[in-house]
This record gives sequence, C-alpha cells and structure tokens, in this order.
Amino acid sequence: MSRGVRMAVCAVGALGVAVLLAAAFTRMPAFGGAHHPYRDAAVGAAVRHATPNVVSSLNFDQRGLDTLVEEMILVACVLASVALLRPAHHESERPARTGGRVLPASRLVGYVLLPVTLALGLDVVLHGHLTPGGGFQGGVILATGLHLVYVTGDYAALRRLRPVAWYAYGEAAGAGAFLLLALAGLVSARGFMADILPPGRFGALFSAGTVLPFSAATGCAVVCGMVVLLAAFFRQELQITETGEADR
Amino acid sequence: MMWIIGVTLVLVAAVGTVVALTPGPERQAVTLSLYALVLTLLFFELSAPDVALSQLGIGTAVVPLIVMLAVRKIARMRARTGAGDRERRAPR
Repeated sequence: MSRGVRMAVCAVGALGVAVLLAAAFTRMPAFGGAHHPYRDAAVGAAVRHATPNVVSSLNFDQRGLDTLVEEMILVACVLASVALLRPAHHESERPARTGGRVLPASRLVGYVLLPVTLALGLDVVLHGHLTPGGGFQGGVILATGLHLVYVTGDYAALRRLRPVAWYAYGEAAGAGAFLLLALAGLVSARGFMADILPPGRFGALFSAGTVLPFSAATGCAVVCGMVVLLAAFFRQELQITETGEADR
Repeated sequence: MMWIIGVTLVLVAAVGTVVALTPGPERQAVTLSLYALVLTLLFFELSAPDVALSQLGIGTAVVPLIVMLAVRKIARMRARTGAGDRERRAPR
C-alpha cells in the first residue's frame, strides 16, 4: 500500500471517528451535573451488598466478569513476556556483579521505605472493599515496594527477597483462587461469580461478601505477576549476555 | 474546585507535550513518570482515588522501570553488533 492510499484510509477513519464523537458530545450531559443514573444504580447495589467502596463493588461484584478477563490478560501477558525474555540459544547467563556505589541517602531511603510500603500495600489490599484501593492497586504497591531493595543498590538482596519460583506459584495460585471462587457461585446454583458469602455489617473488615476474597486473590496474582515480570527484565539486563561477551 | 481541575488539565497537556518532545526513550522514561504523577493528581481531583492509586504505581514506577531496562539492554546489544561486526563473521 502506497503512502497516499494509507493517508486516504486514515483520513476516512479519522473523519468517521470525528463525526461520531461530535454526535456523541452534543448529547452528553454537562460536566459536573447532578444527573447520574448509572451512579445511582451502582451505589444502590453496592450498599445492598454492604460494600462502602463502590468502585470495588463494581470491580469484584457487579462487573466481576470484566476483572476476571483482565486478570487472565495479565497472567497471559506475564507468561508471554517471560517466554520472550528467556535466554536465547546464543546467550548465556552469568552471575550478577555485586557491589557498585550507592549514595548512603538512597540506601537509607530504601531501607526506611521498604517496610512502610509493604504495610501500605497490605492495607490497600485488605481494606479495598472499605476505602479506595483493592487487589490490583495494593498488589502494584507491594511489588513496587519489594523493588525498593534494588534502589538500595543490592541486586543480591533483591534476589534473596524474591525467590522467583515461589512468586510464579503465587501468581498461579491467585489467578486459580479467583477462578475457583467464581465457579463456587455456579456450584451454589446462584450464578457465575455470584456473591455467595454473607454481606456482614456495613463497614466491618469481614464484610461485603465475596469482594474481599476476590480482591485478595487479585492482589496475590498481581504482586506475584509484577515480581515475575520485573524479574525477567532484571535478569535479561543484569545477568544474560551474548555468548563470548563476558570473555572480552 | 473547578479551576483546580482546569489548571491540572492544562498541566497534563503541557507535560504530555514535554514527553512527546523529549529526545531519546531513556529520557522519555523520566518525563513519562512525571506525566503519570500529573495524571494521578487529575484522577484524584476528579474523585477517582482508586484509578489514581493504579496510575501512581504503574505509571510512575513500573512502566518507566521496564522502559529503562529494555532501553539499556537494546543499547548494549547495538553497541556489540556495531563493534563486533568483524568478529561475528570470523568462525568461532
């Protein structure tokens, strides 16, 4: 396809999108208005299921199927990245170099922030049904927190802190638990991903039905998936060389 | 409250332009993480703290880190194939 034809096809597509967007914008409610039918329906359903954080109620209860698909996409992405980043036939693995210069200030920041970040991540996962957060957000915070050890300049410590094999099992366990919980709804004859646990007292830690277990399973899968993904990148960067490079 | 959102929107546009105009992917990773920080602020002001948390973790930390690691690896591979062209043709 020549450049001219490509530009013409692009122009037709862009024009179509522009017309549709313009038509949609003319019928949109004004910014910051008070009329939100979808919000009212979602908040009502969340309150009936004793879930103060409506977003978590949407993610893990009302539209849990979307989260299930997202979770499977995450697992597939991590799997594909790890498969792509494994050592190729002309590459070899060497032990990572230790040492290197790190500013004492970065070392201090890393060590101080590591426990704080891990506690914050756990808090975000476990209170995701009550306050902003949930499995995905908390999982990302936990995974980022673990890598603060690398900021302190110690790749060896990071490797001790995250035995990658265990995190691979953890990712499978988290995603598997999510699927099993979803199927448990079918077994209890209330539907796929149905809210099968008692709702509990509004605002209590153990409340909101299946939102907390779904969120915890997601948190487990996300923290482990992120760690496995970043570990593959770190290994490629710090340990894998093309054959012969180390000899030179 | 409206004017804060307006100011943040202008900031998002400005920092987004800076990211697009930053030369070199390794520098772009740094400006991209700044851009994620501004977006986090915008999401928070639009009363979406859950999205803001995700954006903060993924946008400011994980994505720039992955970009940095990938860019360094590619640069090393390029340096090697550029410098080692003659070596490569010689029998091993």
